[in-house]
Amino acid sequence: MFAIDTLIHRLKRGCQTMDYPAGPAPALPDRHGGALRVDASKCADECRACLPVCPTQAISRPAGKPMQLDLGRCIFCAACVETCPAKAITQTGDHRMSVLRREDLLLGEPEHETVRLAHALDGKLRKLFGRSLRLRVVSAGGCAACEADTNVLGTIGWDLGRFGIQFVASPRHADGLLITGPVTRNMELALKKTYDAVPAPKIVIAVGACAIAGGPFVGHPQVHNGAGSLVPVNLFIPGCPPHPLTILDGLLRLLGRLEKNSTGNVPVQKPG
Amino acid sequence: MSTTTPFALLANAASFPWAEIPAWPAAEFVRATANELNRGARLCAWFGVRDQGQTRLVAVLAFDSDNALAVGRSTPFAGGYPSLTVTHPQAHLFEREVWEQHGLVPGGHPWLKPVRRANENGNAPANGEFFRVAGGEVHEVAVGPVHAGVIEPGHFRFQCAGEEVLHLEIALGYQHRGVEEALIGGPHRATMSQMETVAGDTTIAHATAHAAVMEALAGTEAPLRAQWLRAMALELERLANHTGDMGALAGDVAFLPAMSACGKIRGDFLNLTAMICGNRFGRGLVRPFGCRHDLEPERAAQLMMRLKTALADTRQAVAWFWDAASVRTRFENTGTVFPAQAAEIGLVGPAARACGIVRDVRYDHPAGWHRFGQAPVAVWPGGDIFARAKVRSLEIQRSGEYLLEQMPLAPEGPCSLEPLPPAPDTLAVALVEGWRGEVCHVAVTDSVGRFRRYKIIDPSFHNWMGLSLALRGAAISDFPICNKSFNLSYCGFDL
Repeated sequence: MFAIDTLIHRLKRGCQTMDYPAGPAPALPDRHGGALRVDASKCADECRACLPVCPTQAISRPAGKPMQLDLGRCIFCAACVETCPAKAITQTGDHRMSVLRREDLLLGEPEHETVRLAHALDGKLRKLFGRSLRLRVVSAGGCAACEADTNVLGTIGWDLGRFGIQFVASPRHADGLLITGPVTRNMELALKKTYDAVPAPKIVIAVGACAIAGGPFVGHPQVHNGAGSLVPVNLFIPGCPPHPLTILDGLLRLLGRLEKNSTGNVPVQKPG
Repeated sequence: MSTTTPFALLANAASFPWAEIPAWPAAEFVRATANELNRGARLCAWFGVRDQGQTRLVAVLAFDSDNALAVGRSTPFAGGYPSLTVTHPQAHLFEREVWEQHGLVPGGHPWLKPVRRANENGNAPANGEFFRVAGGEVHEVAVGPVHAGVIEPGHFRFQCAGEEVLHLEIALGYQHRGVEEALIGGPHRATMSQMETVAGDTTIAHATAHAAVMEALAGTEAPLRAQWLRAMALELERLANHTGDMGALAGDVAFLPAMSACGKIRGDFLNLTAMICGNRFGRGLVRPFGCRHDLEPERAAQLMMRLKTALADTRQAVAWFWDAASVRTRFENTGTVFPAQAAEIGLVGPAARACGIVRDVRYDHPAGWHRFGQAPVAVWPGGDIFARAKVRSLEIQRSGEYLLEQMPLAPEGPCSLEPLPPAPDTLAVALVEGWRGEVCHVAVTDSVGRFRRYKIIDPSFHNWMGLSLALRGAAISDFPICNKSFNLSYCGFDL
């Protein structure tokens, strides 16, 4: 085959970048389930059936209080959904679940059945980063899945570059950090140094259950249970790993690039 | 060869009573292990088990050509023992690890230093002193832990004379999450999730190894349908990662058409896994005693259709890659590991097969579905980047054919069994050929059937040394493609 054939093949393939966010979002796999919805008022008195099945201790119910599910700790295994006799925990199929504050991931109480989705950065930060955001990625105990599904946003299907977002090779070139992994103690120094090397003003994005709260490794003496105890976090993107669509939604939401069509955009699920 | 071994013989994914495993005093045990290695065995695992305030050494060996595994152990001891590394370099990291975890000093070990433990401040690995080359013209290059991409952390220390790399030392440990330590007294609630994230791109292989260990300890097997599904998911995992690697290799030599195409197709393969279980990396699929999701005929038919498209796309992208002379010349004779070196350091997976070594768990130690449906082994001589890329592209082709052939053969029946308790005082071993190579899990249970010790060996543990050797005499500017051609796991090594 000659070089010209390569070019012809390439032309034949055409543009492979998805329409989203201008068009509808691609559907999540039907068995993914999406974000969870928790209605603690449905729980039977003192029922704790879901607590022991959760691998990351994301669900709690102190005596006399309603059940609470921390979507930041959740790895979306759906064991609780299957176990709950009252159907208090349900899957929404919604890929959108990024939040600005840690407590916005706590589900259960009335009006807090679902996550309180992130809104755009305000004023100066949005002006600075809204059309051009450069991020330095620090994997600090990440298992390569959050990394892979962050990386995939750079491929032709997602084409993150069209939003002015790019991953850069030096903290000096960055507007902020994107952190994956529970932050191992052995990465503490490297993470702090990288954070300090990013010029202010800067933002921090925690991607995945590990970076938010330690994920499956929560409580191990070798980890910090997430990035929050070492650096201030501006955006939390839950998942194990978050679907690329969830990560993209979080980034665009933060930059205010989604507001026109951010409602009613839940894709219809099809098997596969 | 294995028929005359004094070690206890067992098959892959089988168990053996702990008390009946032959034991020798440490020095004799090292000698006995060396004897077996000299007769063609390979070191799969070497670790310590605490016993009465002291430590027993345990060796798991593989006689690949005899399709047999062998286990031996020492009597409990403390202090030192004669190093196995001196005669068998494949033990080098294992002995460092045992020294770090149990304080047993391998006398004569040429490079005894920490593997993953933290420094005195507790905020970085205690790397120890690096090997240094002296000389006026020699300079040192330090890279990492944080790298210039979306990638895990690790530190690389090069000794260079101009462009030429005289020596590369790789210092890891940054990703240490305490996986093995947490498993003591297990299995716990979080155990399965931790197994799925030992190396997150190898979820199916590690989860299958763990499930096989649990089943062996209980003296049973998963239902055939679950074994079939695990094998299908394992090949999808291999396809996704190998395709991604082909794209990354293309990217590193600036061959953009194949890079763009493979990056996209990798995602297509991940989405096929997500069709089965909802998660692109296969989380939530494999469980001890079965699989949590079934692949019903209708879903399987859809999957097959999408698989065929993805395979055709891959075939085309990989053809562009191999047709470009600029790609081939860049890969030939770059980053060579010689076959003798590969055998000596115990390389596994595609890196070993790219040195002409026929070494594949699916073929040498078939367990689960691989006893019924066999995948051919892809081998290429040369040991350079060209060979490592070639083995990957051959495996893409063969995994694809394997899936097309085996997918319609789904056995009827349930997908999971009621869990059974693990036997007390038993050792179980499971090997799985992950996309990087041999994933090895070994469990030893206590008197009530809980984990007394659980050892995980990711293929990266064997193979990082291969990358160091590949760089010897190479230009430092070749490091990125050499690294990509191995694409090893940091967290799988650091645990």
